[in-house]
Amino acid sequence: MTLAATAAHLATGPATGAAAGPHGFLSPTGVEIAFLLVGLVTFGAALVTVTTRQLVHAALWLVVTLGGLAVEYLLLTAEFIAWVQVLIYVGSVVVLLLFGLMLTRAPIGRSPDADSGNRWAALTVAVAAAAALVWVVVDAFRTTWIDLDGPAAGSTEATGASLFQNWVLPFEALSVLLLAALVGAIVLSRKAKADTATPAGQDTGRDTEGAR
Amino acid sequence: MHLAYPAVLSALLFCTGLYGVLARRNAILVLMSVELMLNAVNLNLVAFDVWLSRTAEETLHSGQALTLFTIAIAAAEIGIGLAIVLAVHRNRGTADIDKLRDTSERHDPDGTDHDARTAEQSDEAQKAEATA
Amino acid sequence: MTTTTLAVLVPLLPFLGAVAGLLLGRTAPGFVRPLAVLPTLTSLVIAALVAVRQSGDAAVNAATELTPTGSVPIELALHIDGFAALVAILVGLVASCVQIYSTGYLRDDPRYPSYAALVSLFTSAMFLVVYSGDLIVLLVGWEVMGICSYFLVGHYWETPQARAASLKAFLVTKLGDVPFLIGLFALATDAGSFRITRVLGAVASGSLDHPTLIALLLLAGVAGKSAQFPLHTWLPDAMAGPTPVSALIHAATMVAAGVYFIARLLPVFEASQAAMVVLAVMAAVTMAGSALAALAQDDIKRVLAYSTIGQLGYMTGALAVGDRGAAVFHLLSHGAFKALLFLAAGVIIHATGTNSLAAMSRMRNLRDRVPDAYWTMTVALLALAAIPPFSGFFSKEAVLGVAEHVITGHTEHAPAAAGWIVLIAGLLTAVLTAAYATRLWLLTFRGRGTEAPDHGRQPLTMTVVLWVLAVPSLAFGGFAFRLLPDWFDGRDLSPTLTTSVLGTGVALVGGIVTYAAWRHTTALTARVPLGAVSAHPEGDAAQVEAEAIASHEPAYGDIAHAPDPADPGRLLLGPLHRHAAAGFHLDAVYTTLFVRPVQAGASLVRFLDREVVETYVRGAGALPRWLGAAVRRAQTGNVQTYVSALLAGTVVLVVAVVLVATGA
Repeated sequence: MTLAATAAHLATGPATGAAAGPHGFLSPTGVEIAFLLVGLVTFGAALVTVTTRQLVHAALWLVVTLGGLAVEYLLLTAEFIAWVQVLIYVGSVVVLLLFGLMLTRAPIGRSPDADSGNRWAALTVAVAAAAALVWVVVDAFRTTWIDLDGPAAGSTEATGASLFQNWVLPFEALSVLLLAALVGAIVLSRKAKADTATPAGQDTGRDTEGAR
Repeated sequence: MHLAYPAVLSALLFCTGLYGVLARRNAILVLMSVELMLNAVNLNLVAFDVWLSRTAEETLHSGQALTLFTIAIAAAEIGIGLAIVLAVHRNRGTADIDKLRDTSERHDPDGTDHDARTAEQSDEAQKAEATA
Repeated sequence: MTTTTLAVLVPLLPFLGAVAGLLLGRTAPGFVRPLAVLPTLTSLVIAALVAVRQSGDAAVNAATELTPTGSVPIELALHIDGFAALVAILVGLVASCVQIYSTGYLRDDPRYPSYAALVSLFTSAMFLVVYSGDLIVLLVGWEVMGICSYFLVGHYWETPQARAASLKAFLVTKLGDVPFLIGLFALATDAGSFRITRVLGAVASGSLDHPTLIALLLLAGVAGKSAQFPLHTWLPDAMAGPTPVSALIHAATMVAAGVYFIARLLPVFEASQAAMVVLAVMAAVTMAGSALAALAQDDIKRVLAYSTIGQLGYMTGALAVGDRGAAVFHLLSHGAFKALLFLAAGVIIHATGTNSLAAMSRMRNLRDRVPDAYWTMTVALLALAAIPPFSGFFSKEAVLGVAEHVITGHTEHAPAAAGWIVLIAGLLTAVLTAAYATRLWLLTFRGRGTEAPDHGRQPLTMTVVLWVLAVPSLAFGGFAFRLLPDWFDGRDLSPTLTTSVLGTGVALVGGIVTYAAWRHTTALTARVPLGAVSAHPEGDAAQVEAEAIASHEPAYGDIAHAPDPADPGRLLLGPLHRHAAAGFHLDAVYTTLFVRPVQAGASLVRFLDREVVETYVRGAGALPRWLGAAVRRAQTGNVQTYVSALLAGTVVLVVAVVLVATGA
């Protein structure tokens, strides 16, 4: 990490900040190369996630995507975010999703109808959106340079100091939101009363609660 | 590092998630795609925060704080979303989004036919009246 | 009280009586009869008082302008000359008799309060027309009479005949009233005032620009109101109303309003020779045609109705030769004897239970059953046939005498052609009048066959007024022809020898020929049984009459005539009888000329509305419906489709915004 940062610094020379520097795309730094490679893996994993016909595989490829993103955070010197990413996403969200897949009796193996009939429209929209976004972003930030030298911008210390100095109130409010979500999830997934006839074999609500 | 790299990656991930949301049939896969979109946004936030924290003298690290918030909210969202999907699955026996079409405009052949028939009848009655 | 105040009271009292009668009719039925009779009687007395005070001297004129009303002022004006005073007495007399008679005739009628109130209102309106010195005020009374006539003709609205007749009366008279109104406006514009005195002054000074046009327009309204050819067709049908109404409105007063109006404005008509000739032709056609039609009618009241039209023709004839004295003289005497005829006919209808002459000619001893009606009707029929010394003789001779006067060139008021037309038509009509009067009398009172059904004694109120009216029918003419010139224009009204002999002679011929024909055909009555009679020993006369009217068509096949071979009119008229009975098919002609085209136009409009306009309307509805169906197709319920569309739109918008922002 430090090596890469130093290499980047060496490569970029004295120019810093947002000013248009002499950093060319044809002479990438080591961090950039690493970022690019991890980014390619992440993007590929994401593509597989949204296209695979095996539902459980989709969840597993999602793990790869999210892990790749965590690495990207690390490369951007945001270490705290990276660990949170690993903890919450890879650790809990994906597990929850896998539970969900199992509880809804998702088929194991290739399911021929994983994609709906809306696929071509979705592809058109997505490609168009991607083209527009990439065009705009590249057009706007092609000369912008991030200086990754110096103390890490997202170290635990920096993040903690900012969070508990400037963002205490939203942070506390967030806890309330999480509580509300917890209660909501319980209420929603609770087994319906006996008079609303539950289809046989569908009484999985208690398990869901247990998972929660 | 060029800001364009994380920005472009974020855009591509976002659109991948978009495609997943629009194209996937299973509701849980749709939720996964939503997570992808959220993560793309997170990446964007982090990258811009790092860039800005170097450029500006004072910084609140708002990008990182918001990223944390987004992660927390995403966790809550996935919980609620899964609960909903499970409830739907329990009631309907399916979690396929394109089968949940209760809001569709139902084809109600009775209604229109009935209207047309009464109109014809009244026309005939009026014609009979006119000839009488 | 001044004469003006008294004169104002004359129309006002019946009006107040009508209002009170309408208001109290339900809550206080005991007051209805006094409220109907007393104001009218008082008005008669006051009208007589006004006449005595005026006594044929200079006209009483009074006017007040309530408020400025634009370029041509409208004033509440009185103009009482000898004509107005005497006609008002006639109106009061007939109206009083009719009100008294109605108390008996409609004894048990549940709608009597509104009936009496309408008759009072009608009387008030007629007084207004008679006394008014302003044309617009006159028009108000004129139209109120029209609407009252509509309501009263439709009094038996349960019967379809009455409903149709009231509508017909309303529409036909209104058809005349529209040109009448335009004529009034034109006249007032030319003369600069609605006041009759000023209008006449303008005429005298020759400042009238369009006399012919105005006269013809006014003539249309007069023809409608006074039932002159070609707008007379409503009057025979109006006999579907109660008999007292026929007596008041359709014999003595309302139909006389047109004649009275011309008499008032005679100089306006005299200003146009063409109008006078048109008037003469109208009078002649009306007289002769209606007399022929009267000879063929089976309904006793329709005979009298056609005779009314004919007698009004005499009056317009007198006006056509420029003598309003003779016209109003005939108006007065005719008003008396025609009211008497109608009221007596009401008694007869009540007694026999039918209005058909064919049925009456098969009844024995009718004259013993209703002696009052027999004697008074005989008097009135003699007056109608113009036999001396009854009043009709003198008034009719006055008319014929004036016509002869014009022919011999003693006056410059009217063209000689008009005189010839009126004289010849008048003599022809005299024959026919005597004929149908004789036929009516013979068929009614000289019937043979079964006994008439018993309807109990006639109410005293109904018989007494007959005698009251019989007095002027008998004696008015003989006494009046010397006095009246003082009240009128001063022209001599005494019968001349030539026309007297001629008129009486032809009348006698008509009567005798009819008698002979009757002798010839009367044997058939026993062989051909005919007739439908309604018997309600307890019912009042109105109920009997309503039933008789309603049953005439089903019983005899037509509302106007009956297939009776014993009818002397059939023998006299020969092949003409069929056409005369139908009123010379004028209704059929109108149906072809006006009713059918209007109905065809209505169905065309209906077709256009339904097929053309409605198509556009339907198209206007169908287009959004198709669009809606198309949009509805997009509502698949698939959330992904919706979001796809939403995001596609977002992308397009973003690209557009970016392009605009970068100035590309």
